[in-house]
This record gives sequence, structure tokens and C-alpha cells, in this order.
Amino acid sequence: MSTHAAIDVIVSDVVEVNSLIKRFHFKRSDGGYLPAFSGGAHIVIEMQDGDHIRRTPYSLMSSPLDTSDYQCSIRRDDEGRGGSLYMHREVKPGMAMKISPPANLFPLDLRARKHLMIAGGIGITPFLAQTSQLERTGGHYELHYGVRSAELGAYLDVLGDRLQHRLHTYFDDQKQSMDFDALLSTQPAGTHLYVCGPTPMIDKVLNTARAAGWPESHIHFEHFSKAAPGEPFTAELSVSGVTVEVGRDQSLLEAIEAAGIDAPYLCRGGACGQCETRVLDYEGELLHEDHWLEDDERASGEKIMPCVSRFCGKRLVLER
Amino acid sequence: MSTIEYADFKSRPFYGVLKPASSVAHLVVAEGEGAQAVLDLVAKAPADFASKATLLYAEGPYVSDNSNREALRALGFARFHTSATAAAAVPRLNGTLERLRMGTQVYLTGNESALSLFVKVCTDAGLDYQGLQTEHRGSLARRMQCVHCKGITEEVTTQPAECAHCGLLLLVRDHYSRRIGAFQGVNINAEDPSDVPAKEEIFR
Repeated sequence: MSTHAAIDVIVSDVVEVNSLIKRFHFKRSDGGYLPAFSGGAHIVIEMQDGDHIRRTPYSLMSSPLDTSDYQCSIRRDDEGRGGSLYMHREVKPGMAMKISPPANLFPLDLRARKHLMIAGGIGITPFLAQTSQLERTGGHYELHYGVRSAELGAYLDVLGDRLQHRLHTYFDDQKQSMDFDALLSTQPAGTHLYVCGPTPMIDKVLNTARAAGWPESHIHFEHFSKAAPGEPFTAELSVSGVTVEVGRDQSLLEAIEAAGIDAPYLCRGGACGQCETRVLDYEGELLHEDHWLEDDERASGEKIMPCVSRFCGKRLVLER
Repeated sequence: MSTIEYADFKSRPFYGVLKPASSVAHLVVAEGEGAQAVLDLVAKAPADFASKATLLYAEGPYVSDNSNREALRALGFARFHTSATAAAAVPRLNGTLERLRMGTQVYLTGNESALSLFVKVCTDAGLDYQGLQTEHRGSLARRMQCVHCKGITEEVTTQPAECAHCGLLLLVRDHYSRRIGAFQGVNINAEDPSDVPAKEEIFR
């Protein structure tokens, strides 16, 4: 019941962008074009990591105007559950893999008079695709890009050439920082705001925009919570009649899939709502990590997003 | 004052009650009886509201009593402009929107025809309708698009109504186009043009 059939691809290239980031190129195994997508879309990459399958979402950074291949830039996360480490260590050119078709939870609103893009670090990837798209279709935009240093700022050269004066860069190691108050109080009516980067930066931008009176419908953000590792726990699946053990480096959704159950999902980052699952009973604490459920839904203890959220306690029964 | 009965029709616009927002600046656009909604809004707002706000007021055609206009003038808006009709307010509204900054709250009030027009002008300027505040005051007269000739007829009060452009007799539907800012009018007697249903004045 995952909403899509996987696509067979071949890793056509792996490029080291800097000491932390690698770029992966995928071509269709059957040689055809990959599905069309729009700037801001992501794919879910399937990784056969030992005896379990990992599925992790990554933004597409290549141009939506060229679907002969897909490109994703992945930053190595030494603290994560291992998805990015797997990609960095195991994935080599020529390897066969499976990816999901693209889905876009961070699209441009094309009614905008102006697109104001704010990126921090690896959060630059969806904007690489979006600016490629706008280069062709036209559209007024500017990109503000904060990086740790010139060495760790991915694609500064490509963006500089493509965007010219529309690119504004900020280097942490030179004590440069974005003045969100000034930026967000001087935008013309009809501007849409897009932000992608580390959580504290996203929160700061959203808070500043809301305080400055920006309506929610003009604010867009990409906030994938990567499923974090955590204490192992057990979940009973009432519909399937099985009990699954969720390992330290496994998400609840991955454990459900490992039991052979085809559960729904789309983003695997707690943002899209597709995997929402009803909690029938529990003794313990639901550890919500998503950006989907409302506060009252969390308080009710009746729902969980198994792609990112975990559990701590004696007993958890899910309607799955 | 006429009140709207909201039918269960998804596209039909829903209006609320204007509430002062905590934004740095405000743009208020009012038509006719919307003047009272502006007075109510300012009465609820902090004392410096009008000093940070622009008010465009379309008084309505053939108005001999200037009391609404003078009551609004007395509120002390930083910028206050009047026009005879909602349509006549559009060029100034467009110019104001061009210079507007994000974070300015927009408030729209007046009869349904005027609200349709104001919302459309604002969304054409790139503002999402969900960020606009609206309050209905005055008549329920509708802005209607003829789905056959695409002509817009303002201030439609009857059901059915004639298209002011092609002359077809139209059923005025609750089906609303936000892009065009108008209710959809569909020919009511296409099979037999000699069958002319009686007109009722229902959008008063």
C-alpha cells in the first residue's frame, strides 16, 4: 500500500562534492527517462543494508528540465541511523538500486510575484532544482545561502554563475549571518518565502516571518525530521496479528515493513501525513517526532507517525 | 443588512469579521456600508492603528449623504482616499499593492460584488486569499461571469439574470471562480429559449 511502485535504477556516477557531501546520479535501468518532477521534489532511496531495508528521502537537486538522470547530494551524518553512511560507504557507480517516484512537499507557489529562498548548509539541494526550473520558466527570485565556510559550502560556484546578483552568501567562519528581521520586513507584497536547512534556522525564520505578519499561506518550509536512532521497543499490529521488534537503528515504519506488511508512506520524514497510524492501546510514552500531527492529536494518544516517531514503555498496539 | 446563508458549496467564498492584526502596517479597502465594519474594526484596535494604516473607501454611486465618508475621515488614517465606486477604486488599489510590503494586513469589506472585485485585485497582485481578512456588509448583489460569452456582469440581484453582454438568461450559481472573482452564470433555457422563468430578486 505504499503509494507507488519502485523504479529500478543504476548508479551512474558518484561525485565527491566536499569532505562531507557526495553527489549520486541515478539512471533508469531500462534506459528510459525518469518521471517528470518539479523543483523541491524528493525521492525515497531504498538501501539493502545487511539484512534490513532502509528507505530514506532525499531532495532532487538536478534540473527538472532534464530527467535523463536524477541527482541527490547527501551529507554524511555520523550521528544518524546510518542511511547517509551507507550511501557514502557502500554505493558505487554501476550499482543497481531502487528509488521511489518523485513527490513534492516543497513546491514553488507559481502565483508568487517573487520567491524568497533561504537555505542553510545541505538545505541548498531543493533550491538547486527550483532555481534551474525558474531559469527556464522565468520568475523573480533571490536566494540567501548560509554556509559554514567556503570549503564546506556546496555548489557556491554553480550557483554564483547561474544566479549572479540573485545569490547572497553568508559565511559562518567570517562571522556573517543573515538579518532575518531586515530581510523579512522589506519584501514586496506577493512574495512567497521558502526555507530549508537546520531545524533551529527554520524555526528562527518561521518565527520572524510570523511575527512580521506574513500569512501562513506565503510561508513554505522543508522540515524532514530524519528518523533518529533510539531505544528498542515492541509494537503489536492488531490487523496483521503480528508483533514487531523495533531495533535501535530502525524506524517503526521500517520494522513494520520488515515484517512483510506494506504500510503507506510518502515522505518518510514526518511531514506528509501519509503513514499516520491509529494507536489502539498503549502503556508508556509516545515519542512524537513528526511535523504533521496537531498538538491536540498528540495529547489524545490516538495517533502516531511511524516513519519518525518512537515509543517508550510496556505495550503499544497499532491498528495496522 | 442582508446576511449570507452559506450553502454547502465548496467554492462559495466565506466572509468573516474584521479583527485588528498585530502587523506593522494595515491596508483597509471598504465599499458602501462597509464603512460601519471599518468603524467597528478601529474601535477594537489599539489607538495607533489608523496612524499605521491606509484606507481606500468606495462610497457607492449617487450617494448624497456624506456621513459615512466624514465618519471615516475622522478616524485619522495615515492615508485616506475615496472613490465613487468599487471599480473606480481599483487603479489606486493596484498602485497601493505595488508598493505594499509583506507583513501588511489587508482588510476588505463591502457588498458581495465589491468584495469579489477587491479579493481578485489582491490575489492578482500575488496575495493569497487566505491571508486576506474580509467582512460582508450591504447587499448580496453578485459579480457574475457568463460561462458562455465570459462577460462579467456586476451587481446582479435577480435569479435568473440576463448577461449584460450576450443577453442570455442565466442561472446564477453558487459555483464561484476565485481566479475570475465571480459567480458562474449558466444559460437556464438553452433547450427552449421561449421558456422564460420568472425573475425573482433574491440577491438583495
